[in-house]
This record gives sequence, C-alpha cells and structure tokens, in this order.
Amino acid sequence: MPKTYALSRYHLVQRGDMSTFQTWLFRLFAVFGALGVGGIFLLMLGFNPLHIYWTMLKGSLGGPGMQKETVKLMIPLCLTTLGVALAFKMRFWNIGAEGQICAGAIAASYFAYFHNHLPSPLLLFVMAIAAIIAGGLWGLIPAYFKTRYGTNETLFTLMLNYIVLYFITYLREGPWRNPEGGFASMPRFTKQARLPEVLLPGIGNVHIGWIVMIVAVVWMFIYLRYTKQGYELSVVGENMMTARYAGMPVKRIVMRTMFISAGICGLVGMLQVAGPDRQLTDAVANGRGFTAVSIAWLSRLSPFGIMIVSFFFSVMQKGFSMMQTEFRIPGSMSDILQGIILFFVLGSEFFIRFRIAVRKEVKA
Amino acid sequence: MKHDMPAIQLIGLTKTFGTVKANDHINLDVHSGEILALLGENGSGKTTLMNMLSGIYQPDEGNIFIKGKAVNIRSPKDAINLGIGMIHQHFKLVDLFTARENIQLGQRNNQAFSPDEVCKKLGLKTDLDKKIYNMSVSEKQSVEILKVLTRGADILILDEPTAVLTPQEIESLFKILRAMKEDGKAIVIITHKLEEVMNISDRVAVLHKGVNVGSIDTAKADRFVLTQMMVGRQVDLQIKRALAKTGDTILDVHQLSITAADGQKELQSVSFQLHAGEILGVAGVAGSGQKALCEAIAGLQEISGGSILLDGKRIDGLSPRDIIKRGVSMAFIPEDRLGMGLVGSMNIPDNLLLKTYREQPGILLNRKSAKNEAARMIEGLDISTPGLNTPVQKLSGGNVQKVLLGREISLSPKVLITAYPVRGLDIGASMRIYDMLNEQKLKGVAVLFIGEDLDVLLSLCDRIAVLSSGRLTAIVDSKFATKALLGMKMAGLRTDKEDAYA
Repeated sequence: MPKTYALSRYHLVQRGDMSTFQTWLFRLFAVFGALGVGGIFLLMLGFNPLHIYWTMLKGSLGGPGMQKETVKLMIPLCLTTLGVALAFKMRFWNIGAEGQICAGAIAASYFAYFHNHLPSPLLLFVMAIAAIIAGGLWGLIPAYFKTRYGTNETLFTLMLNYIVLYFITYLREGPWRNPEGGFASMPRFTKQARLPEVLLPGIGNVHIGWIVMIVAVVWMFIYLRYTKQGYELSVVGENMMTARYAGMPVKRIVMRTMFISAGICGLVGMLQVAGPDRQLTDAVANGRGFTAVSIAWLSRLSPFGIMIVSFFFSVMQKGFSMMQTEFRIPGSMSDILQGIILFFVLGSEFFIRFRIAVRKEVKA
Repeated sequence: MKHDMPAIQLIGLTKTFGTVKANDHINLDVHSGEILALLGENGSGKTTLMNMLSGIYQPDEGNIFIKGKAVNIRSPKDAINLGIGMIHQHFKLVDLFTARENIQLGQRNNQAFSPDEVCKKLGLKTDLDKKIYNMSVSEKQSVEILKVLTRGADILILDEPTAVLTPQEIESLFKILRAMKEDGKAIVIITHKLEEVMNISDRVAVLHKGVNVGSIDTAKADRFVLTQMMVGRQVDLQIKRALAKTGDTILDVHQLSITAADGQKELQSVSFQLHAGEILGVAGVAGSGQKALCEAIAGLQEISGGSILLDGKRIDGLSPRDIIKRGVSMAFIPEDRLGMGLVGSMNIPDNLLLKTYREQPGILLNRKSAKNEAARMIEGLDISTPGLNTPVQKLSGGNVQKVLLGREISLSPKVLITAYPVRGLDIGASMRIYDMLNEQKLKGVAVLFIGEDLDVLLSLCDRIAVLSSGRLTAIVDSKFATKALLGMKMAGLRTDKEDAYA
C-alpha cells in the first residue's frame, strides 16, 4: 500500500507579464520594506530611524554642496554601469570593470606624470584616449580567450582585476612613488592634468565628467537601438547559434563589444584621477566595478534606467557617509542597511516573476 | 479494494505557466487492464499532465487519486513508490553497463520482481547481459520498460514512445504493451499520431488547448472524428503533390562524410543530387545523421570528407557568411527554430532583418522596410500575432514557423533545406507549410525535406532518400515506395529481393 501524503497548500506559480509600471511599483514597495526592516535595526541600536533617514536625505540632496558630492559619486558609477551593461547585453559577464578602470587610470596617469608639458586640453585628450585604449585592451584579453578557447569570462575578468590593482600598488611603492611624501603615495597631478569644471545648472561647478556621462547615456541608447552594431550584439547575446546561422562574424562582434565596454570603464579611470582624485591611488575603482553589476541588473540594462538607478545608489552612498559622521554610527551599520535594501530590491525581482498560489481542495 | 476503482483518477487538475493554462481542470480516469491513448497536438498539455503524475510538476489545483487514494506526488521517487512508471522520450541509461546492471542501478533490495521473471511473463527477448551501447534504440526502450516494471510499477506512462522507432519496431513495442495490458497494468501512451491510436488503444482521451475535450472508446472512433476533436474543427487531411517539371541539378552532395568531435561517424559517404523543381524527402529514425547533413550543407558543420556543390560551385568548408558573400542563395529551416534561425526575444521585423541588415548602407539600422515587410507577411501568410512588436517566442509554433519560412522564401532561394518543418505544428498549420513547400517547388526551387512521418513523406515528396545510422540506404521514387520498404531501409536491412541476388 502506498504511503499517504499531506497535501501541500502553498506553492509557487509563474506570473504572466507585468507592465513596466507595475514592476517599478513593486520595487518601490521593496525599498519601503527595506527601510522598515532597517528601521527596526536602528531602533535596536537606540536611534530614531526617521531622524536618521531624514538626515541621509538631507545629507545627499539637502543643498548645493551635498548635491555636488552626490553627482561626483554618480558620474563614475553611471559610466561604469553603462560599460558593463553593454557587455551584459551580449551575455558576456564582464565583472572586470574594477580592473579596467585601474588600467585606464594608469594609462592616463602616465601622461599626467611624464608628459605634463603639453597644453592642458591636448594633454587631457591624450589621457582620455590612452585610458580608453588601455581599458579596452585589458577587456580584450578575456574576450580573445573566450572566443578562441571558450574560457569562462566571469572568472577571467575577475582575476584580471587583481593583477592590475596590485600593479598600482607596485607603482606606488616603486617607480612612481612620490619622493617627497613621508609614506608611500604617488604625486598629485599638475594643473594641466586636471579636468576643468563646468557649471551644472542649479548645483554649481562640477568636473566635466557629468557632460561625458550624459553624452554616454544618449550614445548608448542610440547605439543599442538604432545601429547595426547594436543589433548585432543583441543577436549574439540572445542566440549565438542564430547569429552564426545568419552569417554574423560572431568572434569579431564579441571582441569589438568587449573593447567598447572595457574602454568606457577605462575612461572612468581617467575621469577619476583627473577629476576628484587628482592623483593615482589604488582606490581609484573603489568597488564601483562590482556595484555596477547590481545597478546594471536593477536597471535591466536600459541606458536611462542606469542613469536613474545609479542616481539612487549615489544618494544612498552619500547619505550613508553622512549618517556615519553625523551620528557616529559605525560604517558596518551602513553596510548592513545597504545590504538590506539590496536584498529587498533584488528579492522583489523574484516576486515580479512568481506568485504564491494556494491550492483549492476538490472532493472526490 | 473495490474492483471498479480506477488506477488513476484525476479531478480538476490545473497547471498554469505564466498566463498560459497548460492544463485547465482536467478530469481523467485510467483503469487497470486498459491502454489509454492521450491524444493531442503539440502544446495541448499532454506532457504537462503526465509530468504532474510522475512528480515533475505540482498541480496548482485539483487532486490525483491513485487506486482511490488521494496522493500528493512531490518527486519522481514518490511516483515510483505509488507504482507509476514513466518512460521518457530520451532514455536514461548508463551506456557502459549491461541491461541487468542498469535495471538494478539505484535499487537497494526493493526490487519487486526480477528482470528475468518480467521478461518471461511478457515474452520479451531482451538479452539482459548485453551492454547498452551495443543495443538498438528499441532494445534500449525495452530496458527502460523493464526498469519500471521490476520496480513494481503497475501504471505505465509512455511519452511519444514511437518517435524513435521504425515501423517494424513499433509493432514489436505494441506487442509488449498488449502483453502488459493482459497482465492487468494500466497504460497511458502519449501520442499525436492517429494511426497508432487506432492500432493500440482501448480508449482515447483528447486534449485541446489544455482542456480534456472528451474520451471515447477507440472502437467507436475514426480518424476524422479524432482529428476534429484534436484540432477543434474539420480539416482536409489530403496532402497534395504538386506536379512540376524537374530541372537541372542544383545541389550535388558527393561522398559526404562527417565525424563528430567525439569521433562518432555522423555521416558516411552520402551522395545524392537535388534538382530544381523537386522535393526530395529524407526519411530515417531520429538521430540518423539528418541534423549533420543539413548543417553541413548550410556551412554550420565541418565535414571530414566529400564535397558539396551548389550550382556547380563548391561550398563545403565555407562558413554561412562566406556562402552568403558568394551570392549563393540558400535557405535553411533548422529543426529547432527558436534555437537557431530566429531570435525568440526579438519581434518579427527584427527577425526579418537577420539576413538582410548587412546590405543596408551606413552604420545605422533602418527598420522601416522590415516593418513593412513584416506587415505584408503577417497579412499574406495569415500569421496571428498581437502586434508587430510581439517577440516571436510568444507566438505559437505554427506562426513561428511561418515567420521563418516566410523570411527564407522572401530571399528567393534556389535551394530550400527544411528540417522537420512541421514539428510541433498543429494540423492546420502543417497543411499550410506543405502548401508553401509545394509553391516553392512549382517556382523551380530545389527542396530538401527532412521528415519523420512516413505518410507525409510518401505523399508530399517526389523522391525519398533513407538514412540509417549515417548511411544512405536508398533513394526511391515515392510513387513506387511503401512504408514497409522505407521501414526496412530505415533499419538498414536489405529487402528480400536484394538478398536473393546477393
């Protein structure tokens, strides 16, 4: 006789398609949910969560000074995400943005340190081009091995991060070390190698990177939607076999796309060293290459979506650093809060795809 | 236990995927000692229903009763414990083991019967000590059946068991099924082939769009009634063979051999010629080298010997890109349309652009002409789609195929290679595809048609080539061919006549 089983009443069912509005509503709920749960944490630590959230908001958007800092955080985040999103669109998992930023920063810094006799606009132009090429070539390595030998790009790009990151440390300790500094660091850039500031209406002077960012967003939108190359890379990403079938040069498309993706990340490196940093440090990428992966997913690889989501991330990061200084809350607490928000928002993606169904009982 | 208790009773079983109701409140009884044919077109929900019985899916609603007891089948293991055995289309056997070892695999002393016992009872002649890799497809299938029977299964579900068999092998499978029925087993056979339903089953249940539209005794049914139930309307089942003048040789395949990366010989010196204005059918059990043949011609598969000439020019060794560059117009309809040929997540215009976007000047992509072309195609081929922007993967199989075939035909090819072009299509859509192939033939296109249904091959094609384990065993004029002859050739056997001369 077979065993009898308890009938389970709840199980998961796939949803039909949701409208874009609904999905964004879901995510908004998720953010509120996260703030709620985070609030409980803060309460347990003896803080008033509402007060803290208000301070975070004020600290990131509450005045031109704060807004300027938030924009400065947003520029590299948005551009890096555009870069990785381009590769993601092709289903090439580039998680090496961190290293590509570093590669771009090193190449730009080389010109800033050793060719600073050039007139400033020319020097900056050369630095930008060098950064794009260096970043692009660094990204081309895993692309080449992927197309030639089928290596796994996720591991490959990840490992390349550490090589170039520690190469910066080497430069700092040795050849490029500032002879005058007490501890190991690299010299600050001379005036010619610093990015000019341009008025961002309503906020004030911000380095020219914000214009680069807006141009890049618009460019990427057009590139993906209205160019042959953009079409090719989507076909390769969606269905490699069909791309081959249609006679597309798949290998060339993969290499080209990866060069552009990594080139954009390289440019971020240049904008950072010549913008806010004014020197080469090993914190030039500072985890942005990984944050960009989350942003890329949350924005579903849409260029304007990337701009919006990276804005929210910058607000969050700025708010957290404000919170730390204002309330002397340890940095790990803001990491926990950030983790909770990410967990909720990414978790909401699951409920966008599935719903919980209750089984109706039927009498025999 | 009461005698009239059905072996399986399904009440109000419902399963939803997204917005699609794969099964909509299905009621079904299967009794011991009967063979029930579960008939329905692809996508009608047959496999979903059986997967719920074998523990692969959980129902959203409704109950399953096995021998009168409500059960919750959470995994295939639960199903086995309840005496339900599923024979899948793809066998799950360890090649290097013998039949006996495969049967014993994973069973701690809970084998209900010994395999020898079962063999004897059913009159099976399977050699239990033969290694699986030495076995034919039908022998492997017997091993699968033995596997579930030795575990004490008294409810057997067979998912399209005849797809990989020759006509002769199908007969011997049916013999086994009848023996099991005599033994009091409840048997469900999933199929979409009417012939087989009439031949083997006691009762037929017909699914249409996830709904059980009725069960009738096979004795009271005929092909037309069943078709009508299955399709939901009346259909003319006559496939016409267009009369066209056969022209020059367009495609010349000479001594073509293909060796797969793992050393397996997929094709062994296959030679044939394809002429303008003819449909050449290719028959063979699944996996006899059809895929390799098509892909080699299309430039997607490396060949190890021989040559392929298109219009007198050698095209073997060229990539699809090179072939297009040389201005040779070849159209290829692969067997897995969304896996190759189309991009499922893209809409119809973007899919139409695949082969022509490169000819556009400049770096920008002009979608205007593709949109017009798409609108014309939707109208002309009667493609039902919610709109131009709907991704093709949301369309039904028939409409997907019309998009692909429509695109390839619009490039006015000289050769049209089609691999199982009606697989997964309902009867109405299949007929439309046959018409389109006939139209191409009348236009003087050389058509290669890889098929699986011998009746279709016999009535549609001018000549039929038969593949058996990568060898070409015959090319026959379909006017003089019979199913029995094709079956022999598919199995790689020689006919009596040939033997007499040998």
